[in-house]
Amino acid sequence: MTDNITTPLTRTAAISKDGLWTNNVALVQLLGLCPLLAVTGTVINGLGLGIATMMTLVLSNSIVSLIRPWLKSEIRIPIFVLVIASIVTTIELIMNAWFHDLYLVLGIFIPLIVTNCSIIARAEAFASKNNLLDSAMDGFMMGLGFTLVLVVLGGMRELIGLGTLFANAQLMFGSIGESMTLTISEDYPGFLLAVLPPGAFIGLGLLIALKNIIDKRQTSRQQVVSITSAEATAS
Amino acid sequence: MLFKHSPSPHIKQEINVHDMMFMVIYALIPGTLSSVYFFGWGVLFNLTIAISVCLLTEAVILKIRRREIYPVLQDGSALLTACLLALALPALAPWWLTTIASISAIAVAKQLYGGLGFNPFNPAMVGYIVVMISFPLEMTLWTTPMGVADGWPDFSTTFNWVFFGETPYAETIDSISMATPIDLIKTQLNQLHDVTETRHSTEYSALFSGLSGTGWQWINILFLAGGIWLVKKGVADWRIPTAFILALVFISNIFAVADYSTNSSPLFHLFSGGTMLCAFFIATDPVTASTTPRGRWIYGAGIGVLVYVIRNWGGYPDGIAFAIILMNIAAPLIDYYTQPKVYGGLDR
Repeated sequence: MTDNITTPLTRTAAISKDGLWTNNVALVQLLGLCPLLAVTGTVINGLGLGIATMMTLVLSNSIVSLIRPWLKSEIRIPIFVLVIASIVTTIELIMNAWFHDLYLVLGIFIPLIVTNCSIIARAEAFASKNNLLDSAMDGFMMGLGFTLVLVVLGGMRELIGLGTLFANAQLMFGSIGESMTLTISEDYPGFLLAVLPPGAFIGLGLLIALKNIIDKRQTSRQQVVSITSAEATAS
Repeated sequence: MLFKHSPSPHIKQEINVHDMMFMVIYALIPGTLSSVYFFGWGVLFNLTIAISVCLLTEAVILKIRRREIYPVLQDGSALLTACLLALALPALAPWWLTTIASISAIAVAKQLYGGLGFNPFNPAMVGYIVVMISFPLEMTLWTTPMGVADGWPDFSTTFNWVFFGETPYAETIDSISMATPIDLIKTQLNQLHDVTETRHSTEYSALFSGLSGTGWQWINILFLAGGIWLVKKGVADWRIPTAFILALVFISNIFAVADYSTNSSPLFHLFSGGTMLCAFFIATDPVTASTTPRGRWIYGAGIGVLVYVIRNWGGYPDGIAFAIILMNIAAPLIDYYTQPKVYGGLDR
């Protein structure tokens, strides 16, 4: 859909809107649901996995875009998988080295980024057909859209389930993070359902519903505008 | 001579949703009264809170959905959900527990799916499960039944506990509450006390008088009576409770005969916990249950087996709610494979 837009600025805007809203990985494409549902118990977990996924998307999109002149279309999927697996392994090693505690918390879900369908989907649908800058931008925006959903869902579940926000922020931000934790009430009994898997499904369902409501409102408003302008021209 | 002719349908439905729901509610009355007699004011608080929150939630959601509020509230379905939920929740449930359960039941399990007739899961049981999973500790707060204790806590004590979480002077909540027989047998088994030992121990024998437990047996018998009246009136289907009870008796009998020391008798399973409430009032919900005649046998039997499995080997005190929801999930599949033969059609 971005093919016929030529100026770089509008292209960037179109790619951003696509990644953050109209084609959001989590809310519209419903890809990568396994990590989305499994790690969003807290904001920090969601943010950590979101950033790791975003970096993977940017790097894999860039590399796929750079090697596209030499790609044979018959074997493109194995090549994509190899590229993505190498990138994820690198990111896993980096996290193990510098964010070791966060690495331990996220556990299996970091290597599992390889199987996140959204990454191979972007490589196939976008990066293999577009230039480097656009592909990197697309990876960044798709990753950002995914991260935002992870963070919002993590926030909802943490707030309702445990009554805190940004708990364990020291895993990501070091010693400064320890003072970041917000506790709503000292004797909050905790709403276990929100932290358990059903809470993730219900939360995601509510987020998707919210997005659909906003979209519906917007289209109906546009229709009203177009009808009134049509009436104006007719009269 | 004048022949009257009118458009079809020519057979008038004798009973509408409103009448049906209210007949179910009337049938609940004897069991409810006995529940109040044995567990005290807490049951009435549960009923009051659940009914007001359920009706309010229903009204608010209908308002948001821009539907007419009065005709839906007046059909009694939300009222029935509230009653079933209140009877299932423990007598000393704090007000917020009942409120969360009621909101989940009406807003999530019923209205989000499209309202009465569209909900795949029994709303009351969804509400119950939400609080069961989230607040296991509060879900054990049953009053010590009348007959074991000399009487239940008075109005102000119960009121202060339910609404403010305050316990009477120099006492904890444990002193006015007691585990249910099912729960007690399970915890005692974990501590290697077998069933006979628990039932005859000096500490607990008062709780286990009669068939299944002081209080519980009468509550179950009265729900059974109400249920039989419902079946006789044709409001509830007879196959589901029959299949449920037969399956529960069958499976509990096998295990009780095999090992009497660690498995409770079939009579205990029939007349304790929410067995009869489940059999006649929850399992027979026409929206979420199976609809074909053969399917209803399978559906009821499935619940019976699951209740026993969850009671015996599960981590939760009673298995009714989980069994109902699991069979609700299976109901469309059961209906698909048990369609009756169309008249004149070929055998399948």
